[in-house]
Amino acid sequence: MGEILKGTKDEWEVVIGLEVHAQVLAGSKLFSGATAEFGAEPNSQVSFVDAAMPGMLPVLNEESVRQAVRTGLAVNAIINLRSVFARKNYFYPDLPQGYQISQYELPIVGEGAVEIDLPDGGGKTIGIERLHLEQDAGKSLHDLHPTKSYIDLNRSGVTLMEIVSKPDMSSADEAVAYIAKLRSILRYIGACDGNMQNGSMRADVNVSVRNPGDKLGTRCEIKNVNSLRFVRQAINFEARRQIEILENGDIIDQETRLYDPDRDETRLMRSKEDAHDYRYFPDPDLLPLDLEQSYVDELKADLPELPDIRKKRFVADYGLSVYDASVLVAERDTGDYFDSVAKNRDPKQVANWITGELFGHLKKNDLTLKEAPVSAKKLGELIDLITNNTISGRTAKEVFEKMWRTGSDANEIVESEGLKQITDAGAIEIIVDKIIAENPKNADEVRGGNSKAIGWFVGQVMQATAGKANPKAVNELLRNKLKD
Amino acid sequence: MILTDLTIAEARNMLNAGDISSVELTEAHIRAMEATSSLNLFITETCEKALSKAKESDTQRLSGNQGKLEGIPIGVKDLFCTHGVMASAASKILTGFTPCYESTVTKNLWDAGAVMLGKTNMDEFAMGSSNETSYYGPVTNPWQRANEPKVKLVPGGSSGGSAAAVAARTVMGALGTDTGGSIRQPASFCGVVGMKPTYGRCSRWGMIAFASSLDQAGPLTRTVRDSAIMLEEMAGYDAKDSTCVDIGVPEYEASLEKDVKGVRVGVPKEYFLEGMPEEIRSIWDQGITWFKEAGAEVVDVSLPHTKYALPTYYIVAPAEASSNLARYDGVRYGIRIEGKDLQEMYENTRAEGFGREVRRRIMIGTYVLSAGYYDAYYLKAQKVRTKIAADFRNSWKTVDLLLTPTAPSAAFVQGEKMNDPIAMYLNDIFTVPASMAGLPAISVPAGLSSDGLPLGLQLIAKPFDEELLFRGAGILELAANFKEKPTLAA
Amino acid sequence: MSVDHKTIQKIAHLARIRVSAEEREELASELSNIFDWIEELDKVDTNDVDPMTSVVQASATLRKDNPNDGGYPKKITANAPEAVEHFFTVPKVVE
Ligand SMILES: [Mg+2]
Ligand SMILES: [Zn+2]
Repeated sequence: MGEILKGTKDEWEVVIGLEVHAQVLAGSKLFSGATAEFGAEPNSQVSFVDAAMPGMLPVLNEESVRQAVRTGLAVNAIINLRSVFARKNYFYPDLPQGYQISQYELPIVGEGAVEIDLPDGGGKTIGIERLHLEQDAGKSLHDLHPTKSYIDLNRSGVTLMEIVSKPDMSSADEAVAYIAKLRSILRYIGACDGNMQNGSMRADVNVSVRNPGDKLGTRCEIKNVNSLRFVRQAINFEARRQIEILENGDIIDQETRLYDPDRDETRLMRSKEDAHDYRYFPDPDLLPLDLEQSYVDELKADLPELPDIRKKRFVADYGLSVYDASVLVAERDTGDYFDSVAKNRDPKQVANWITGELFGHLKKNDLTLKEAPVSAKKLGELIDLITNNTISGRTAKEVFEKMWRTGSDANEIVESEGLKQITDAGAIEIIVDKIIAENPKNADEVRGGNSKAIGWFVGQVMQATAGKANPKAVNELLRNKLKD
Repeated sequence: MILTDLTIAEARNMLNAGDISSVELTEAHIRAMEATSSLNLFITETCEKALSKAKESDTQRLSGNQGKLEGIPIGVKDLFCTHGVMASAASKILTGFTPCYESTVTKNLWDAGAVMLGKTNMDEFAMGSSNETSYYGPVTNPWQRANEPKVKLVPGGSSGGSAAAVAARTVMGALGTDTGGSIRQPASFCGVVGMKPTYGRCSRWGMIAFASSLDQAGPLTRTVRDSAIMLEEMAGYDAKDSTCVDIGVPEYEASLEKDVKGVRVGVPKEYFLEGMPEEIRSIWDQGITWFKEAGAEVVDVSLPHTKYALPTYYIVAPAEASSNLARYDGVRYGIRIEGKDLQEMYENTRAEGFGREVRRRIMIGTYVLSAGYYDAYYLKAQKVRTKIAADFRNSWKTVDLLLTPTAPSAAFVQGEKMNDPIAMYLNDIFTVPASMAGLPAISVPAGLSSDGLPLGLQLIAKPFDEELLFRGAGILELAANFKEKPTLAA
Repeated sequence: MSVDHKTIQKIAHLARIRVSAEEREELASELSNIFDWIEELDKVDTNDVDPMTSVVQASATLRKDNPNDGGYPKKITANAPEAVEHFFTVPKVVE
């Protein structure tokens, strides 16, 4: 099912595995009480622990643990009731302890799986290898001084979850779909805001190529890719680079590379020879983390409905197409919104309003659903006015526009602007009779068999009623009156 | 009456009775510090702070709610961070480092009214058994050989400054830290009581780390009662240290009132070393007799993995140290030696900032954790450690305490073992096993060698059974009736 | 077991400690001796033995998620050999 790339000589398959770093939504850091918020004066969100002052010790944040377990459960993974924090030792100025506290041999979450939705409507299961908790590093700023780098430790110690996939993806599309699905799940359960722009979610992309059916080739790791577009571009570039090398009869060196979006290429960071020797060992400052099964069970029972299950429900219960359902469940807020509007209404019609008018307006105004001036309740009321023939679909769009601008509800607008459609058959009949009488030639045309000409009459009636006549009623009346 | 000869318990009673003031007591000790300055006991003296705290203490006492150590002047090993006073760990690399925070153990002591006279000298980052690895120069033991008074002896290490300061009567008690014997061995060399609590009994927060899975704070005092008084104030749960155990602190001083009738004292046969000096053997036999006379039951036990404890220690402790000391990189505190780039800056700073023994141990630790060696060394050592701990657990089925010598010799001559690391490491042969198992242990002065130097006996107890440990130590103390004073004491 | 110069150089680099040629020599022989002595441990049968994780028979304690620390950049950089506007500084790092 993976796509086949054609080189100049051979056919190639791409194999992709991803390590996604997601910042856990927590008030304080993984091992200290300093705030985990974004953006502040340098070193102002730093405790003595985060700055690795002599004698400082880590104490584990219970919220970080809770979110890691919930995420594990959300990706159908095994929760390890005993996990161990280990030190990963290396020197770097933004790593004040000289080691990162991470998890190595016993991560908090083991194997799991995620279903991805592909653009062609198909799906695929991507295996999760593990999920572990670890500290983020600080920030080095290289452009504030000609000969010095400046170090800000505000990020130092913030909780990250590293989610490692199996090498189950075979195209950039799949990799992007995987990250999108992971992001959707993380946002559903509130474990991470999924914001790739400010770095709360970023991916290390492992890419290798092979002739179809061969064993795995040597992989290169592209570090810290921070947008879906770059993930796609980096994979495509890297696959092409590797194919070219192999087709020239050379071999791939296992190395760490960096994607440069400005030049759309990956370049070497370090090769395997100077790969770090991290000297992992269990952190003696922290005891093993033991969880009760009952704690895990409680968190499981507490999880919200996840996107895949919700999608299936939308298809089964509301009769939506798989495509519409996918669009509506991608964000938890949208799914909630749909659920509340669709109750006792025509789901298809509701879906159209949400994906059409609502999404259009959100996008145009660069707003999130939470900020939308038209609430689920208000949209529901508007749709009800169409259903009970108070207004026409076309008028409804105008009303929606006004609701968006003023925040008023549909009834108020329809009332105050006199937009109620005329459904009184008698009233419409008087107008219809009048127009037929005034236009005998056109009437004869219709009677003569030109059914298209009836449209002209409808238009006249609507004009005469300022669009308020019920189009269905007008149509029926005209057809009756102009029968031969 | 010589104020500096008082024990903490005696001084406390006199202070409470209004016979002396804390200011008088503190001034007497400051004079003693001046008189013994040639011993190089302190890295930083804080006499002015001490006097103003002593004044406060005297006022506090008038109000009637004084702490249990109100107005008692003590020394603090330079491994503890105390607010506004340099904490150097006796290393050049921390030159000038002045913490803006207070370690939990010292805070507990200040809350109990204790007065800090200064930061005592030590082996650099607590790595050493002779106090000769200090960047601030070696400490001289106030004890001298009867027949060779000119020869300068080591006080033991790494809490050598603390032990010697207590012996020299410059402080009434001192804080030490013990990783593999760093309180007990210098206590033995200096003729004082040195106590290492159960791992997890005292908070490690604010104490500069050497080997996190082993480091424990403990008191050095002249009597067992003083040791109990100090530990009671130092100990206690601290949420800031994940390895600190949430378990109540008993009234240790009160436990001294009980005797040891029927207590089973084990004598581990593996501690009989071939070539062990005769006087060490005989002092140990003496201890056995004392316990029998006090009504204890003496039982022979076997701790078969004893001899592996020291090599195990020299894998585990350096491994942890190599990681714990990675933070000294010239960026956030301490010294920086520039280089042509970042890597050179790191390498220059750490080469110049760390002394030879520290560099050696960082190298050992880095090696045993590195790719290809982890399983053979580090993992193997942690497995052997499990067996060492199991030996002790096994012995608790038949005994309540274990009695051993504290060190394989009396204090030795400065410079004697500096070029032979293994000979130096062997100093901790009797103290390391209890450290590896996290057990509480105490060294009590038991007598003098033929040279006239103090020799200690060690007692080891079950986890968190410091009460019985103090009771047993009390018996040894009473029987030994050790009253000698070092020649170089103030 | 003997530790050679190359290994010393590699370890020294991992530990970020500059060693001179002379020190390399000394360290190689000292470490060789120490590891010979440590080899004693090979005699211990550790099959089916779990490595010690902590002498404290307890599990990790968890902290409530309260942001109650930090907010003192001056204290954080007070001891720095070099700091500019509450940043630490190091020789420029080229990535
Ligand atoms: Mg990774
Ligand atoms: Zn990571």
